[in-house]
Amino acid sequence: MFKARRRAGQGSAPYLFVAPFFLVFAAFGLFPILYTAWVSLHAVDLQNPNESTWVGLENYRKLFSSDFFWNALENTFTIGVISTVPQLCIALGIAHLLNYRLRGRTFFRVAMLMPYATSVAAATLVFSGLFGRDFGMINWLLGQVGVNPVDWDSGRWTSQNALSTIITWRWVGYNALIYLAGMQSVPADLYESAAIDGASRWQQFRYVTIPSLRPTILFTIVVSTIGAIQVFGEPLLFGGVSGHLGGAGRQYQTLGVLLYDEGWFNYKLGYAAAVAWTMFVIIVVAVLVNTTLARRRWRNAA
Amino acid sequence: MTGPDRPHSPSGDGTPAPRRSPWRPRSRQGRAGPLTYLVLIGVTVVSVFPLYWTLVAATRTNAEINSVPPPMLPGGNLMKNIDLAYDQIDLTKAILNSLIVSGSIAVGTVMFCTLAGFAFAKLRFRFNNLLFGLTLGTMMIPPSLGAIPLYMMMVELGWIDHLQAVVLPTLVSAFGVFFMRQYLVEALPNELLEAGWVDGASTFRVFRSIVLPIARPAMAVLGMLVFLQAWNDFFWPILALTANNPTVQVALNNLGQGYVPDRSVIMAGTFLTTIPVIAVFILLGRQIVGGIMQGAIKG
Repeated sequence: MFKARRRAGQGSAPYLFVAPFFLVFAAFGLFPILYTAWVSLHAVDLQNPNESTWVGLENYRKLFSSDFFWNALENTFTIGVISTVPQLCIALGIAHLLNYRLRGRTFFRVAMLMPYATSVAAATLVFSGLFGRDFGMINWLLGQVGVNPVDWDSGRWTSQNALSTIITWRWVGYNALIYLAGMQSVPADLYESAAIDGASRWQQFRYVTIPSLRPTILFTIVVSTIGAIQVFGEPLLFGGVSGHLGGAGRQYQTLGVLLYDEGWFNYKLGYAAAVAWTMFVIIVVAVLVNTTLARRRWRNAA
Repeated sequence: MTGPDRPHSPSGDGTPAPRRSPWRPRSRQGRAGPLTYLVLIGVTVVSVFPLYWTLVAATRTNAEINSVPPPMLPGGNLMKNIDLAYDQIDLTKAILNSLIVSGSIAVGTVMFCTLAGFAFAKLRFRFNNLLFGLTLGTMMIPPSLGAIPLYMMMVELGWIDHLQAVVLPTLVSAFGVFFMRQYLVEALPNELLEAGWVDGASTFRVFRSIVLPIARPAMAVLGMLVFLQAWNDFFWPILALTANNPTVQVALNNLGQGYVPDRSVIMAGTFLTTIPVIAVFILLGRQIVGGIMQGAIKG
């Protein structure tokens, strides 16, 4: 009797083992996201969040006709592109170098991961100083090569580049390690036969490493895209007292910061929920586009 | 890289090739040349310098930081700067709160993820594959976008400014389930489990006396990763907590967004709350690097 049951399964025990994960996830992960859509159809005041009035699609109508929304969408997009594309390329290069036989490889790996161990808040506060207009070290360095001081915070392009520097600094080492892990699971004989065929180092990288890394690269692209759409802490803290606007002229207000500004500075939680739900839809679309494009390109390439 | 105690490591250096063969690379790629070292040292300097600068700026006066050329060595003003930072916000409380929050999250997450990871790795039940697929799918769902209903929930419960408002929503991790499952699939021999069951032990008994000891190294690595993430978590804590009962990140947010005149004071606060994490990170760096790389290899 017992043996037969064991063989078929373990009764209800497996469900009890996975239950805590799913219960907590359902209560604090899934439910709030879905409920965001419902809240976004209401007017809710931050100071009295337990009373809500049905407004239908009014929040969305206001959102899509708001210049601030389109501004934030554009900023999120440009910051996302300039902070992830170069970052992932650099990470790939670093991983390639780390994959050589190295002295002190643990040292290099740990050192490159230190920015990842630094919080968004700490990193942004340090870099805000480095990017200071009058006394920042970056302007001082630029001055050494004859470049005039840059007012990093006030320009759209300059501030967004400063932000993308912070994001790249924090994540490049982490992604390099992910790529390195992928590279190390490439069978060694692929390299050996490529070397026997007379492939140069660059050709090995291009025709052996990159194709083998495709799933890993797709994974990092998807994760970085999801992260880029939610960028929040960097612009908030880079802006100091005007952080919740994303700079005095909203020149680097992202969707995440707009959500915070509308909800917690203008007290409009329902409207902020509309921002959140819009971000969610954008993330789903972006992930789908990423994966389909990647699949199609690789199929054509193959 | 390999995790601790992984019996069959797929790492490149374990291949039993001849020690030095002059005409063919031993491992997947050749030996690093001087240029490689030069570039890697450059990357290392860029990675570490902002942290070193935090130390320099935290120990100097504002005037010194702003001088030209900027100072490159630490000064003697750390205590005064820290005092001034304390005038803005209670950093001791922030550090203690962060320890409590991150510690609870790490312990809870590791527990729940080990339970679920074991079930997905070794137990046969009807919806095993479906539920595991769902778990992986949840990795794509950004929890911060549910912050508004979560906030309303916490107001309703009266938990705003209480630590459990931060701990509870962060108590599980799909990555953790995945991580524990991958480890246990390989590290936990089926014969051992069956021996336990044949002896008539319940699945919970088997979990406690057979699975847990074997899972311990992976649990430690996962615990470190989760602790680090929880310590650095920003978005939800600044919504759920205020300066009255802050975590480290909430305190830094207050220092950064407030009207603190001196950059050296902000840097002192940053230094005080970041350096403990970085120090622990340097000590455990090898394991954390291993954990991240192990978690990265996925199907």
